[in-house]
Amino acid sequence: MDRRLALLCGLLALSCVAFMLLGAVGSWEFLLQFRLRRLAALLLVGICLSTATVLFQTIAGNRILTPSLIGFDALYILILTAMVQVLGLAGFAAIPAPVIFAINLAAMTALGMLLFGVLMFGAKGDMIKLVLTGIVAGILIRSLTEFLQRMIDPSEFQMIQAASFARFTHVDTGLLVLTAAASLPALALTWRVRFRLDVLALGSELATGLGENPQRGRKQVLALICVLVASATALAGPSGLFGLIVTALAYLVAPGTRHAVTLPTAALVGCIVLVAGQTVMERVLDLSTPLPVVVELLGGLVFLFLVLKRHIR
Amino acid sequence: MISIRGVKHSIQGKPILQDINLDLPRGGVTALIGPNGAGKSTLLSLIARLQPLGTGTIRVDALQIGSCSDAALARVLAIMPQSAQISARLRVGEAVMMGRYPWHRGRPGKRDGEIVEETLRLFSLTSLADRFLDEISGGQRQRAMVAMAYAQETDYLLLDEPLNNLDIAASRHLMRLLRQMADTGRKSIVIVLHDINYAAAFADRVVVMREGRIVADGAPGAVITPALMADVFETDAKVHLVDDRPVVLV
Ligand SMILES: Nc1ncnc2c1ncn2[C@@H]1O[C@H](COP(=O)(O)OP(=O)(O)O)[C@@H](O)[C@H]1O
Ligand SMILES: [Mg+2]
Repeated sequence: MDRRLALLCGLLALSCVAFMLLGAVGSWEFLLQFRLRRLAALLLVGICLSTATVLFQTIAGNRILTPSLIGFDALYILILTAMVQVLGLAGFAAIPAPVIFAINLAAMTALGMLLFGVLMFGAKGDMIKLVLTGIVAGILIRSLTEFLQRMIDPSEFQMIQAASFARFTHVDTGLLVLTAAASLPALALTWRVRFRLDVLALGSELATGLGENPQRGRKQVLALICVLVASATALAGPSGLFGLIVTALAYLVAPGTRHAVTLPTAALVGCIVLVAGQTVMERVLDLSTPLPVVVELLGGLVFLFLVLKRHIR
Repeated sequence: MISIRGVKHSIQGKPILQDINLDLPRGGVTALIGPNGAGKSTLLSLIARLQPLGTGTIRVDALQIGSCSDAALARVLAIMPQSAQISARLRVGEAVMMGRYPWHRGRPGKRDGEIVEETLRLFSLTSLADRFLDEISGGQRQRAMVAMAYAQETDYLLLDEPLNNLDIAASRHLMRLLRQMADTGRKSIVIVLHDINYAAAFADRVVVMREGRIVADGAPGAVITPALMADVFETDAKVHLVDDRPVVLV
């Protein structure tokens, strides 16, 4: 195996051990189970989001994009708000968690397909147009969300606010299984089409010449992206720039374009950032700040640096 | 044989190609020439299903464009589009290996490696194999793009202005290579050329287009005349015969 991948595997193993063992007090059995569930959630979310971002960048033909940059996170909060709005806080709380999860997953996948489908095919490969319309779509969704939030009372509003950050504090086994059931097939499919992704990344004309239909390919990849982001977000909440940071780091580690390398690299980097980040936040710094806030702060800086230094194209 | 029947094409109501009928038999080098905007690139991209075909039919051997499988056509016909831009960050060697994709479907074998090596050698790209495409010169990149199509090892090869950015040595080298492919490999090469003198020197047949129509078709000596220069290209360049070959004086 590639030396760099092996190194990343080592780092990830170390992070996992630290996450499981650092600051462990009390009943081992309970602790182990509790932490194991959270670790599984971190890994699953890390893999899903990194993979989705790599896929998104491949079909957009650009490495400074991520699904949440063009409105996916906004979609999640909109769905949440709409559910609270329609059902009321009591009604919302009465619904079993797996059902909310399933509704979230289905609605995000469907709306995501619709949103990205319209954006991608409207932009016709014009990157600037895609980004601009995507940002505008994000703003529209956010304003709609805000409009709905104004019509509900403050306690409900707070509940939505709390759900608007990615969180890994408590993970329900049932939801974890649901997330895995939705995302693992999508991940397996992604791995199966890794060579076709290399061809699609060449751009429409060359891909066609090599016998891959770019329109069909893009649609299929879009579906994969929506399922992956939707499952990660339904489990852990919005992720912001996380995917962007991870892929930027992954391309630094492995500058090539072969998906057989970039997909596992990005997945490993994503898991390391999440697991190590969470460990440091919780056990070393003893902070309760949600990890994404920190990732976004540090990541935003790293990202600006990378763009300005032209390390990313 | 590539057989084009009654092809029309328009973009947003504006006619781009009209009544195109053309047969390109197996083997030989056919040069497509004509003023800018004549529709040469459009015709090539329709043959290679880069754009959907509206009116008319195009067949490549037994394969009908529009209904045949993309993967099957990719083993019969390769295209190097005009100003092909690769969005991915690729090394030269990797790009040429991508040209083998219709055959290896992502899992290159020993034979693919050999062909890539041979192609790199033929196009004098061996020393650049590990360089990124966006870190070499325009001419070198152009050579890499042609090499990618060449490595696809198809019976039909469509090249849209492959001499762009190439110096005279590289241009002559490429044209000789194509000539050789046609003569000894029975390949059919359709090439859009900007420089009529290259068409006169290397093509078996010259097809002239203007405003979306084919206006002349035949051997270079018969087609490339002062009348053509005046009527089609609207310039008064002289045409001389040198070694029984028309040469346009610029
Ligand atoms: N995407 C497009 N939108 C509108 N017009 C186009 C487009 N592509 C080509 N054309 C028009 O089609 C005509 C033929 O173009 P093209 O086939 O590229 O010519 P050539 O390759 O002979 O220079 C030109 O008049 C050009 O303006
Ligand atoms: Mg052209």
